[in-house]
This record gives sequence, structure tokens and C-alpha cells, in this order.
Amino acid sequence: MKAFSHLLERLAFTPARNAKLRLLRHYLETTPDPDRGYALAALTGDLKLRAVTPSLLRGLMAERIDEQLFALSYDFVGDLAETIALLWQGDSDQEVPLRDAVDLLSNTGKAALPAAIADMLDRLPPAQRLAFLKLATGNMRVGLSARMARIALADMGQPDVADIEEIWHGLTPPYQPLFDWIAGGERPAHAALAPFRPVMLSTPVDLEQLRAFDPADYMAEWKWDGIRVQAVNDGGTRRLYSRTGEDIGAAFPDILDALNFNGAADGELLVRRGTEVASFGDLQKRLNRKTVGKTMLDSHPAALRLYDLMIWQDRDLRDLPLSERRAILEEANFGSDRIDVSPLLTFTTWDDLAALRATPPSIVIEGVMLKRRDSLYLGGRPRGPWFKWKRDPMLVDAVMLYAQRGRGKRSGFYSDFTFGLWDGDQLVPVGKAYFGFTDEELRQLDRFVRTNTTDRFGPVRAVAPKLVLEVAFEGLNESSRHKSGIAMRFPRISRIRWDKPAAEADHLTTLHGMLP
Amino acid sequence: MRADQILHPTDHGLYCPPGDFHIDPIRPVPRALITHGHGDHARAGHGAVLATRETLDIMAIRYGEDFTAFRQVADGCIRIGDTQVSFHPAGHILGSAQILVQPDHGPRIVVSGDYCRRANPVCAPFQPVPCDIFVTEATFGLPVFRHPDPVDEMARLLASMAEFPDRPHLIGAYALGKAQRLIALARQAGIDAPIAIHGALQRLSDYHIGQGVDLGPLVPATADDVPSGLVIAPPSAFASPWVQRFRDPVIGFASGWMQVRARARQRGVELPLIVSDHVDWPQVTDTIRELSPEQVWITHGTEDGLMRWCELNGFAARPLRLVGYEDEPE
Repeated sequence: MKAFSHLLERLAFTPARNAKLRLLRHYLETTPDPDRGYALAALTGDLKLRAVTPSLLRGLMAERIDEQLFALSYDFVGDLAETIALLWQGDSDQEVPLRDAVDLLSNTGKAALPAAIADMLDRLPPAQRLAFLKLATGNMRVGLSARMARIALADMGQPDVADIEEIWHGLTPPYQPLFDWIAGGERPAHAALAPFRPVMLSTPVDLEQLRAFDPADYMAEWKWDGIRVQAVNDGGTRRLYSRTGEDIGAAFPDILDALNFNGAADGELLVRRGTEVASFGDLQKRLNRKTVGKTMLDSHPAALRLYDLMIWQDRDLRDLPLSERRAILEEANFGSDRIDVSPLLTFTTWDDLAALRATPPSIVIEGVMLKRRDSLYLGGRPRGPWFKWKRDPMLVDAVMLYAQRGRGKRSGFYSDFTFGLWDGDQLVPVGKAYFGFTDEELRQLDRFVRTNTTDRFGPVRAVAPKLVLEVAFEGLNESSRHKSGIAMRFPRISRIRWDKPAAEADHLTTLHGMLP
Repeated sequence: MRADQILHPTDHGLYCPPGDFHIDPIRPVPRALITHGHGDHARAGHGAVLATRETLDIMAIRYGEDFTAFRQVADGCIRIGDTQVSFHPAGHILGSAQILVQPDHGPRIVVSGDYCRRANPVCAPFQPVPCDIFVTEATFGLPVFRHPDPVDEMARLLASMAEFPDRPHLIGAYALGKAQRLIALARQAGIDAPIAIHGALQRLSDYHIGQGVDLGPLVPATADDVPSGLVIAPPSAFASPWVQRFRDPVIGFASGWMQVRARARQRGVELPLIVSDHVDWPQVTDTIRELSPEQVWITHGTEDGLMRWCELNGFAARPLRLVGYEDEPE
């Protein structure tokens, strides 16, 4: 538990992705089985434990500390598990294996649970109580995705991340066969039905680069602005995976119901009402939910638009050229009106395609995809066979309002900028950007912030509203959480307009006019 | 004489009418008794200052030799007006003292200033002084504050330096006291290599060395290429361009506040080290039990928690609500 607690602590405070990967890999390399497997499962959300409720924890404290002192403490700390971890009495220095904590949280009956948790808190040294309580409440909050966990695993040995992803969903904690494989042993048998298969990704391209290729070698289709998914029905076992292999089926029961086929398909998850595809903002309302209510299912119906087939009727199509896979895709019957096939675009020259790209028939299209007709289905991002040719980003000229210092490699530099647009004679914050500039530009921006600070709020500096930033972004969603009512997707600073007076920056109405 | 006729808060700080002096005044006064050298307790411009020799030295380093017109080293029992005062170690920083005020008629009052009960290699340990009224800080006056052994915190620093040997570790620590304690703790933990210090720490660290505190080899962290993987700097330095000379640093901060994650996050700290020069909850409550004064007066901090504890444990307590003292001085 000591090593696990230390790992959680470091992950929670470490912002940089590579540093997180290193911490996790180091933990996995130095921690014995089965603890490391349980820790991995806890971090990837694959550890199914009895959920300990806040009221149970509050009940434990009510027996142990004055109510008023508890309330003052909780108010100061702001997190229930952390407050309890700090308040619990006792200075045990026992080393409790993580396995014991997992056993307790999987096998204890409801009636015995409060006493068992109290007993465990008594056994644990102070610094480890928080790790146990986070495990018990099922909320790690350390900013580590399951995908990153698999990358850390891949860094440990021979199998690469695609190999690990392919078998991941057939594995169960504490993953002994997986660690044996990484250490040079046998590849674990493909135990699970409906496994995730590594997705084929594309690389960006522009018209200049395309001129080197023969248009006849490529198929083109719209790049739909939803999320890329893999939908699988393997002998009745249905799964919906994100492109990084997260199982997102629980949030999309309507899609799972519609998977009336036998195979694994690659496509885009969208919200579609009749034939009309809704904006990404509508889809976002359906994402990241553990469950979804009937009202939401009716008002935001999900749909699949298929690009490709990986497995069909028990046959692996990945070694066939795209042209043959496409023929099977177009002939297939998916048994549901929630599923359709992404249409191909007709073009003979790159300029034809450029014209199509410039005038897409729907706002939910973010460019075109180009795929070599002879391309096999290869997991990962091979360079060449598939290209994405995204539409040009949207641009506004905004005024820098606030700046915050970065972390890690940007420690000491003001690198996170909040910018605003005019609303009458007021500047209203509309977004935040922290990349898009070069290192030299970062130094210039940092200098600007330091010499133009007008106010400080903790780590945030308000700056004189006089620097215009050209902000590029991929799209807009309506958002009640933002003062401006709009949230930008993927905003970055495309140019610093040292030359432009702030009064000539864009107005909020311009941004509203760009809404889909 | 009633207790609050002997000592009471004013807008200049705690004032003692029978001795006609202030303790740790926040504005210039004719006569000041100073518990320790942190900027919010020791200010320049008083007519006369009585303090420990170390505190007077530190004030001269920080404010110049002319920080006061007249200074006196607190040594033994000193008569001031109708009171006797004496200074006793507080265990907070080098030279820190509690001040015992004994009026000719009335209760014995100990003003503890900032104090700490944990062993500290840079200063003398806290000395319990029997008293009728104990004036205590409550910087960490909530039961969530139980600061771990700093030796364990040093082990965490060493672990991080081993994990990321190619990243310089920059640890924020207040220039007076905390920085030198941290360096001494690092030496105890076995770090023998030179430790780099920010320019703001130079004179105060030199002074500690002159007073016999072993800090080992120190190098300035001012060059473009700092020859050490461990750098100690005041927290304010992390907001200045100074920090830009370090490539991908691990930013740490040594403070009792680091026990609460939200506090550490607000500061953007990657390596929070819980090292405090103040009493934590068990220390402050144990001290009150040990001294068992008739009254506890609470100067500053999170006094609500400590007030409640006094109420539950049968100690008469009142908050002085002194303003002008920081949570932890910069």
C-alpha cells in the first residue's frame, strides 16, 4: 500500500504526461504481483469494488470526532476522503498489501463494511489512508487514462501498445498473464469475446502534398465530426469502444441495441435525428456518462456511420485491400436504421476534391478523408495510406485578458492565456489557449505579460487589454458554463498581432455568427 | 490588575500598559519587544527594540543597521516599567523566543510568538514556561494538521531526485528559517553534494553558518548553468524570470500547508513537502495541556478550531483577532 499511495500522490501532482508514464512504469517494474495488477486496474477503472458511500464515511467520523471540529476541517480541506484520512487517529507503521484492501472492498458484506473500513484505517499509516479511501470511494482523480496505462505497460517490454490493446479487454485484474508476457513469457490467450482491435489512424495532409499522388489511387469520404468508435458484436457479446479502446457502451445503450450483426465495424458515433446529423455539442451531452436516462435517449438519439469493416461474419477482413472491404461494407445488412454507411465522394482531380471540401453539405463535416484503395487495415498511424484533409480552422482576433504560468517545461513562463472579444465596449472572456506559439514567441508573450500586468488573483495575472491574438479553433459549441455562452474546440494561438490595436479585435456577435 | 489591563490588542499590535511596550507591533512604536525575525513580526522603524541577539542580527541583515534607534539584547530578566520580562526559546527559527511578561501585580503571561515543538537543527528547542495566560498562534489550528516527521519528507525528495535525475529539483522555502532548516534536513538525509541557493537566501544562510549551523557546501543559483540538481529558493522566485533558466524542473514547496492537496495544487507544486516550523494540532493541544494555563489567548490563524477544542477540554479561551500577521511569512 505504501508504494501505491506514493504513486497516487505523485501522479496527482505531476502534470506532464511523460513524467506520469515514467512514474507508473517504475511502480509496475518494482512492485510485486498481485499488488501491481490491482493498482493498474484501480487506475484504469477496471477494478470492480463495493462502492463506499460518503454517508458511511461520515458515520464513521461522527463516532470519533466532535461534529463542529469535523465541519471546520472538511470546510478547510474540501474533500471528504482527504479530510477523513487526515483526521483519523493512529500512527500505525504496518505495511498492508494492496491485495488486502482489495479483498476487503470486494468481499465484505454491507453490514460489516463500516467496521471493516475502520479497522483498515487503523492498520494503515497516515500517509496511506487517503489511497485506501480513494480506492474505496472509487475516485482516483490522478489524470491518467487507461490508454496511458497501456503505454506504460508497452514501455516495460516487448509487446507494443497495439498488441496490449488487442488483448486488454480479455484480461482481468491482477493481470498475472499480462505481466508474464511483458517479462518475455507466452502471449495470453485471446480469452474475451468482442475484443477491441487497434484502430487505423490517418495523418494530416494539404493540397500541395497531395499533388504528389495520383487521385485514382484514393477513395475519399467526408470526415464526420463525431467520435471515432469500434462497434463489435461477437456471437451476441456487444461492445462499443472509443478509438483508444475505452469501453463506452454504458453511455450508449441505444447503439448496443442496434448492433444486430456479427462482426467488428469502424465508424463515427454521431447524434442523428432522422437524416439530420446533430452538432458535436449534442453528442458531447451523451459522452462520459455512467448511465443515460430515457429523456436523453429520445432527445439525443445516437447513430453510427460506418467507414470500414474489420471482422465480418467471423472473417477477419483486415488483410484485404480497402476496395474489397468497402464492397463488403456496402453489401452488408446491419439490421438497424441507426447504422448507415459513410458515402464516398466522386472526384477525378485534387481540385475537384478541394472544391467539395470547401462546400460541405453539412456543418458536422470537418474535412475529407483520403484512403488508398489498396490499403490493408493496419492498427496505429502508418504514414501514407490514409490522410485527413481537415477544413481550415475558424479564426477570430481576440484580446489577451489574463495569463497564468505553465508547469513542467514551461515553469516560470506565462503560457496559458485567457482571451476575450468585444461585447459593446466590454471585453468578454471567450476562451483559453496555451499552445500554437513558438518558444521564441512564448518568451515575447511572457515579457508582455510581466510588463503589462494590471492585477493579480493568486497565480493569475490580469493584463492591460491591448495585445491582439489571432485564435484558431476547430468548432464552436453552445455552453451554459461559459460567460459568453460559447465554448471553442481546440483553440490555439495562430498568430500574435503585435500590429493590431485592441479596438479592432472581433466582436462576440462574430463568434455567435459562426455557431452551427 | 486584570489580565487585559496588562496586555491587550491595539491597532499597532499587542500592547502592555504597565511596561509601556508593544510585542511584535505591526507599525512603528517607541518600544518594541520582538519574538523573532520574520517580516510580519519584526518590522523596521521602532524607537527601541528588545529581542534576542540573533533576532537583532537578523533585523540588521534585512533592514540595515539603522532599523532602530536603540537596541538591547534580551538576556535574563529585564525590568521594564512595572513588569519583568524574559525571553525563552520558541523552537520556530534561529533566535525565536517566547516572551514572559510578569507584572508586579497580576498574572504571568507568555506570548509564544510562532513556535514549534519538533526538533529543528537550526535553532534551540521550545522551552515550556509555566504561566497563567498562554498566548498562542493557531496557524495550523485544525485537527487535520498532523505534520509528518520531516525525515520522511526528505525521503520523498530523495525518491523524486532518483526518479527524475535529469530534472533539477527546485524547492520553495521561506528565506529565513525554513530554507536553512530544509538544507540542514537534506544534509541529515545524506545529500552531500553542493546545494544551490537563490540570491535572496545568501546573507541569511551565511549568518546561520556563522552561528554554527552546518549547512554544508552551498553554491549560488544565479549562473545560467546552475551546478546542482537541488535548488532552494524563496516562493516568490517561482513567479520571476529567474526560474526560466532551469529546463523542465520539478517544482517543490516546503510548508505545513502542503498537507492539504488543494493548497498544493493552487501553488502549482509538483512535489509538496510537508515541513513546518509551526506547531501542528497535536503539538498545540499538547502544549496547552502541559502548561494548563488559566486562559488561552489565540493570536492568529484558524482560531475557530482551537477555540472549539479549548471549549471541549475545559480551557477558557479567547481570540485576539490580531491583524497583520500572515499565515506563514514570506
